[in-house]
Amino acid sequence: MASVQGALLDLKRLDRLAGGDTPLHRLDPRAKVLATLVFIVCVVSFGRYEISALIPFFIFPVCLVSSGRLPARYLAAKVALVAPFAIAVGICNPLFDRTVLLHLGPLDVTGGWVSFASIVVRTALTVAAALVLTALTGFASICRALVSLGMPRTFAMQLLFLYRYLFVLAEEGGRAARARELRSFGRTGRGLASYASLLGHLLLRTWQRAERMHMAMLARGYAGTFPAAQHGSFGAREFLFVLFWSALCIILRLYNGAEILGTLVTGYLP
Amino acid sequence: MHMADALLSPAVGATMWAVSAGGVALTSARLCRERDDRLAPLMGVLGGFLFAAQMINFSIPGTGSSGHLTGGLLLAILLGPSAAFLTVASVLVVQAFFFADGGLLALGCNIFNLGVIPALLVYPLCYLRLIGPAPGPRREAAVTMSCALVAMQLGALCVVLETAASGISVLPLDKFLFLMQPIHLAIGLVEGAVTLAVVSFLRKARPELLGRGERARAASGRLALAGVLICALLVAGGLSRFASEKPDGLEWSVAKASGAPSLAERRFGLPAWLGALQKRTAWFPEYQAPAPAAVTQTGTASGKGSGVPGVVGTVVTVVLVVGAAALLRRGNRESATPEA
Repeated sequence: MASVQGALLDLKRLDRLAGGDTPLHRLDPRAKVLATLVFIVCVVSFGRYEISALIPFFIFPVCLVSSGRLPARYLAAKVALVAPFAIAVGICNPLFDRTVLLHLGPLDVTGGWVSFASIVVRTALTVAAALVLTALTGFASICRALVSLGMPRTFAMQLLFLYRYLFVLAEEGGRAARARELRSFGRTGRGLASYASLLGHLLLRTWQRAERMHMAMLARGYAGTFPAAQHGSFGAREFLFVLFWSALCIILRLYNGAEILGTLVTGYLP
Repeated sequence: MHMADALLSPAVGATMWAVSAGGVALTSARLCRERDDRLAPLMGVLGGFLFAAQMINFSIPGTGSSGHLTGGLLLAILLGPSAAFLTVASVLVVQAFFFADGGLLALGCNIFNLGVIPALLVYPLCYLRLIGPAPGPRREAAVTMSCALVAMQLGALCVVLETAASGISVLPLDKFLFLMQPIHLAIGLVEGAVTLAVVSFLRKARPELLGRGERARAASGRLALAGVLICALLVAGGLSRFASEKPDGLEWSVAKASGAPSLAERRFGLPAWLGALQKRTAWFPEYQAPAPAAVTQTGTASGKGSGVPGVVGTVVTVVLVVGAAALLRRGNRESATPEA
């Protein structure tokens, strides 16, 4: 998150992707949420030295991206940007784990590098799956799916409120931050004192906005809950979608697809 | 200090999901009972405020680095523990879905580290106990700073414990602790200073806003107790069981600290072909155990420990995946053009 405006633009772009109209977009959100969860659990359940068995799992995000007509380059850039913490922790693995696990000709690969690569692959897979889910479904639909899967209504309402006012407040915060930057030279004026009063004023305005919103909601007959949005149906297509991807993930979890392919290919070589 | 999916094992992730989901259910039910309908829009926009505030940085004098607010304690002071917890949790959910900060499986861990700890544990158990009915400025400063520090240290400690219990990263527990705790000491100081500054600004500008958290004081004792009990049970039961099931992270670092790896087991568990290569590994008995079975098999079969089938298979799979993507994309384009 380099700047507030940049982050906001990014958010809006991801949000707009959910407005697409492909069979995948039209699928009931519950099906997509369930399939993504199965996928993530399967991916992270591998041991720490597994790489080759993880590679076939890329079929899930790749298929969804291509048949959902999502911009692959944009999503890949987001995935690459996102993983500093995992990589920062993972990069220590080669330092501590120097067992040689693999020989590739003259090259000895230590366990540390293998597990580091495994962490990077996992990060790419799980982050890509989460982003693809958001881009295909949209946040409001995900909330709806989560409510029908058992999330408390109060929390769902909080999520929807937050999502509605996120853009408004982030823009307001961005304007305040830019105004402060324009008025500060070098490092003066960017310290704690001005930061605290900036946040304080932002908070006051936020609070006043909440009071206005509450009055407007009362005027429109708000009585503690939102009317439920229309529900999609969990039909045969959804069932097949979940079944197919869960089965594929579980099969790929049990059998190392890449390894089998590799032995097949190398088996025919002299 | 967002946890990431890649460093989590499903067992730890699921345990923390259960804890956090319990927290969400508990606090949602409590807010439902309170039936304060002004609270819903207020929590929503304060979530947005927190989101915006986390993106604005300020420079820390003398260091050249910059810090920002995390906000759990500030919201708890403003809204009371339940509403603050739900707000922080909702911000984390949005971050997980849109910025993939952390990830979906790690969401439970993140909600626990950044939401449950400051709002449901530190605020009722430390802040409210220490602050007293009418705090002077010095007392308020000391209590806010120390509570922010405690919350941040506990959060960092949980990140370390969750990572160690998952056993994906091989960073030893003690080294990771030495890395994380001092960094989060500094972050906690910043957090405390910002929280204090914003609260004292509000006290000057609109003191009536600070009343809400104080009104929630009466009921929060029971909630905190129940929360602590559930968390303690789940975390202790869940994490320790998984840690002992998979003897890598925690147990391994304990063994390392005590300096007594079990020699018999090590000899027993090793494939013979690795014997010559493991001079350095006398201290790391666990590392051989989870080595991919397929690699070991092909290694013994061809007699020289080659990873060729794995690598070839990986390359072929990548080619297949890319081919499938290209096909799907082309199919899409063809089906798209007649419509357009």
